[in-house]
Amino acid sequence: MVTIDDYQGQVTAWCPGCGNFGIIEALKKALVNLKLEPHQVLIVSGIGQASKLPHYMRCNTFNGLHGRILPVATGAKVANQELVVIGVGGDGDNYGEGGNHFLHAIRRNIDITLLVHNNKVYGLTKGQASPTSDLGFVTRVQPQGVISSSFNPLSLAISQDAGFVSRGWSGDIDHLSWLIKQAIQHKGFSLVDTLQPCVTFNKKNTYRWYKERVYKLAEEYDPTDRLAAFERAQEWGDKIPIGIFYRKQKPTFEDQLAALKKGPLFRQKLDPSQLKPLLETLS
Amino acid sequence: MSVDLTLKIGGEAGQGMQTIGYVLSKAFARGGFHLFANQDYMSRIRGGHNFFQIRVKGEPVYALSEEVDILIALDEATVEIHRPELKEKGVIIFDGEHIDISGQPPHLLSVPLERLAREEGGNKLFSNSVAVGAALGVLDYKFDILAGVLKETFGKRGEEIVQNNVKAARAGYDFTRENYKDSQFSPLESGQGNKKMLISGNEALSLGAMAAGCKFIAAYPMTPSTGIITYLAGKAREFGLVAEQAEDEIAAINMAIGASFAGVRAMVATSGGGFSLMVEALGLVGMTETPLVIIEAQRPGPSTGLPTRTAQADLEFVLYASQGEFPRAIFAPATAEDAFWSVVKAFNLAEKYQVPVIIMSDQHLADSYRTCHKFDLTKVKIERGIISDAELTKIKDYRRHRFTPSGVSPRALPSQKGRIVITDSDEHDEDGHLTEDLEMGKKMVQKRLKKIEALATEIEPPQVYPHKNAQIILIGWGSTYGALREAVDILIDQGVDVSLMHFQEIWPFPTQFVTSVLSKAKQSFCIENNATGQLARIIRAETGKQVTGKILKFDGRPFSSQYIITELKKKKG
Repeated sequence: MVTIDDYQGQVTAWCPGCGNFGIIEALKKALVNLKLEPHQVLIVSGIGQASKLPHYMRCNTFNGLHGRILPVATGAKVANQELVVIGVGGDGDNYGEGGNHFLHAIRRNIDITLLVHNNKVYGLTKGQASPTSDLGFVTRVQPQGVISSSFNPLSLAISQDAGFVSRGWSGDIDHLSWLIKQAIQHKGFSLVDTLQPCVTFNKKNTYRWYKERVYKLAEEYDPTDRLAAFERAQEWGDKIPIGIFYRKQKPTFEDQLAALKKGPLFRQKLDPSQLKPLLETLS
Repeated sequence: MSVDLTLKIGGEAGQGMQTIGYVLSKAFARGGFHLFANQDYMSRIRGGHNFFQIRVKGEPVYALSEEVDILIALDEATVEIHRPELKEKGVIIFDGEHIDISGQPPHLLSVPLERLAREEGGNKLFSNSVAVGAALGVLDYKFDILAGVLKETFGKRGEEIVQNNVKAARAGYDFTRENYKDSQFSPLESGQGNKKMLISGNEALSLGAMAAGCKFIAAYPMTPSTGIITYLAGKAREFGLVAEQAEDEIAAINMAIGASFAGVRAMVATSGGGFSLMVEALGLVGMTETPLVIIEAQRPGPSTGLPTRTAQADLEFVLYASQGEFPRAIFAPATAEDAFWSVVKAFNLAEKYQVPVIIMSDQHLADSYRTCHKFDLTKVKIERGIISDAELTKIKDYRRHRFTPSGVSPRALPSQKGRIVITDSDEHDEDGHLTEDLEMGKKMVQKRLKKIEALATEIEPPQVYPHKNAQIILIGWGSTYGALREAVDILIDQGVDVSLMHFQEIWPFPTQFVTSVLSKAKQSFCIENNATGQLARIIRAETGKQVTGKILKFDGRPFSSQYIITELKKKKG
């Protein structure tokens, strides 16, 4: 029986009180809840405080380049579709440096879960604005305040008909763990954008700030209604909804690759002599 | 009499030179001839001036000739541009009902290409087949061979299309036989063919990847590398591989890295501009010790440069690309046949040493067709370098980046039960966990660089043709092989004591071998398709030896033996 202890990793180097602690706990709980063993799971991360997460767990880990989580995760999933592949990184990783990959992962609908630690600020590089920082957010690089509008990952994902679009909050571990579980179980690309405070560099979007605003989508909320989902994704300010905004079952990338019909790609052997007919056509 | 014929087909983009060229090439190969064919095209879909040229010989042919025997002119520009290349006995085939050319027979052969196409095939689209028929009529070549090739080429489009093409070709052929009475050409007797393949560099690289068991290729289209993913995508279903067109080159290489990490042989193909985008991930390959094969098909740069032309100006870039220091291997196949085997070897070395292996192609190699013997697939050996489940269970505490005497750590795959695989783009410890322990960092650098020792022993020294003891050594790498080899043959016939030292595997650099060859020579000349002599610089850096001179060509076109000989005579004094 797999337990939380099986996922116990190294000692963290996160600031005390960091939102990452809630996220890692929620993730471990979700994996144990799904009875997944560490060797069945691959976490692909990028660069940033969030992307250090797999080192503080214990499972297969590819901690790659800043912004390149999704391409590495895509390649790994294509090579071995039996692996549960989870991308982990921050808002800079996924919405800044890796923005283009985010668009195309939605299009491909590959069966991976993307867990974005969204603290609306750059932590590792010490406090610059991120793509999700609020307008007017003042930093040493943006001394007059942010003048570019805040990126809304949920409305973008819903607009592109992504199959699983959700938002969690690191202050509610049980809810977040449930969300992550739902996301992993969803066949296709799933987004869990997770709000978290940065206790060191974001003095605006604090624990308290979120606590006063975050609410769960009601049980009656219908996540299959795309227009309603899009509308709900615009809600930000006094009230901030969390939960599954939108879901839709669509064929996955892997489902459509002929080569994967015969099982995981990495197990398939190729006998060079099979190429004989091709050489014939050239002569 | 030995056969050495050059045919050139010229016209605007969109007129189908490539189809004519390919059909003619195939017809010659079927008749038992050796040939080398390439295309020269502009970066546009319609208009401009493009040509396809074929050199046909009785013995193996490695390069093009600058002199033309038969020029098929689909437009007037072709005549203007290429008439000076025509040999004394040469002939221009053109449609006199549409193109006005002045001159005298027997050098001009007007064939009503469009009219015959309409009469026989029912559509002027068949005029290319009329032209092919006319060219082979000039040579009195066996028509049945051509009919067979047309049938194969157009078979997929249905019997009617095949028949119309054959009829059109026949009309062109018969027209020439009747009207071209003063032919200066002796009949071209076909012999036993069928054993040889006609293959382009891109096809050979693709087939090499398939033979090596490559299961995943990701690429963003970029001339002249696009043919590789195109070929592999066409075979994906049948041969069980995945060819993904990525959103950009950054995604392409990171996908391939992910696939390789998870256990399949993976590859990317691009040109210099795309490789520029891949450089960060090249370092990721070095750091995470994930095997990867990269094909870099060069074209003139910098920046977008000349998209459809050839160059060898990325060697130093590829050699030094990425921050930090880590081992890599660089190959530069000389011919299509060589290209096939270089990919097979590249995959083995990449996995055995957990390093990136970069294959330097270029537009000339990628797009040229050459006849060669059918690849012996029984000679394809695959060395994965992945530890089996049984071996893995014997290892108590598996560490992905464990220190070993060779520097090569045991490679397990994520998913092998009871073990986990961890790696990091940050400096890491043996487990693969991020570290800022500087002593550990230093040992990891040493561990990775240690792999070079054994990797270097796998590198094939440059080919020396015909022998090591010549007074003059010509030095080249990659696709210039054919022109250089032919130049050496001609020079030796002229009494010059010269040999060729040609690199097909450049890095790790075969220092000892090169030093010994250059020590014996009186003069040495580096011949490269770039403006500064990049290999010459690497030779100097690695051996301390300065070449006597350099013959450099950077006009986007490949070398010919004639060009090399003329330039050499100016330099060697």
